[in-house]
Amino acid sequence: MKKRTQKLALLGLFTAIAMVLAYVEVLLPPLFSAVPGIKLGLPNIIIIFVLYRMGIKEAAAVSLVRMVAVALLFGNPMTFAYSLAGGVLSLATMAILRKLDFFSIIGVSVTGGVLHNVGQILLAMFVLRTAELGYYLIVLSITGTIAGIFIGLCGWLAVKRVKWS
Amino acid sequence: MDLTKETPKPEEKKKRKLRNDLILIGVLLVVLVLVGLAFWLFRGTGDTVIVEVDGKVFGTYSLSKNQTVEIHTGEGGKELNLLVIKDGRAFVETATCRDGICAAHAPISREGESIVCLPHKVVITVKRSENKVSEENVPDIIT
Repeated sequence: MKKRTQKLALLGLFTAIAMVLAYVEVLLPPLFSAVPGIKLGLPNIIIIFVLYRMGIKEAAAVSLVRMVAVALLFGNPMTFAYSLAGGVLSLATMAILRKLDFFSIIGVSVTGGVLHNVGQILLAMFVLRTAELGYYLIVLSITGTIAGIFIGLCGWLAVKRVKWS
Repeated sequence: MDLTKETPKPEEKKKRKLRNDLILIGVLLVVLVLVGLAFWLFRGTGDTVIVEVDGKVFGTYSLSKNQTVEIHTGEGGKELNLLVIKDGRAFVETATCRDGICAAHAPISREGESIVCLPHKVVITVKRSENKVSEENVPDIIT
């Protein structure tokens, strides 16, 4: 019983940190304003950390609660659909890659970052019924790869250093 | 004891996984840059701008003529994206959407380039018109 309560509290804490990181990210100046949508994906540090330290179910819970909360506070059903498309595809792939144990946390993070963009662009292509976004996807995938390396390194440091009893 | 089947040491496994990471990142970047370059090289300059709202064609405009197009969307047309075509390049001057991503987008002029406004479901694409007749028969929606 005590363990369960502790876990619940931790997951709530991680969800809150992920939301704060999403807010911090908005405050950062855009890296390259000619191509909008390029983001570091700071909340993904938390998702990866929870995936590696606690498990897929916990990571999915944190990710989902964060998306619902952000949509209720700042967004609308459409922005929720976009984050859901990216989040589900990204987390599912990361969980599979982690199980396969073929890549380190950095490779897993890179794949997750790229697939987050893929999920969102696929939904945008479907919603807007246009195939023209393919070019945009290539640019976002390149920046997503670089962001994924950075997020993976942060996640690796967090997994290594953060300790609780 | 089975000595023929060696289990990799944790150190070696870590090294191998890092090497796999590098291969993944390298292959990913090389493939993406090559595909991007192919896209870049094989597209010509366009001459028409097509504006679509919610998947339906809103209007078609010539890139060679300087003009300003008001794209009204939403309930009662209260949302606006102001499309400006100047010196053969198209860009969104201002928009009433929250994020303003379309207005921040760089001007477009090459075939296949597009500016997208997700909140208003507006897609602005540069195309090359196949024949002259269709360009002249374009209905003038905005008057």
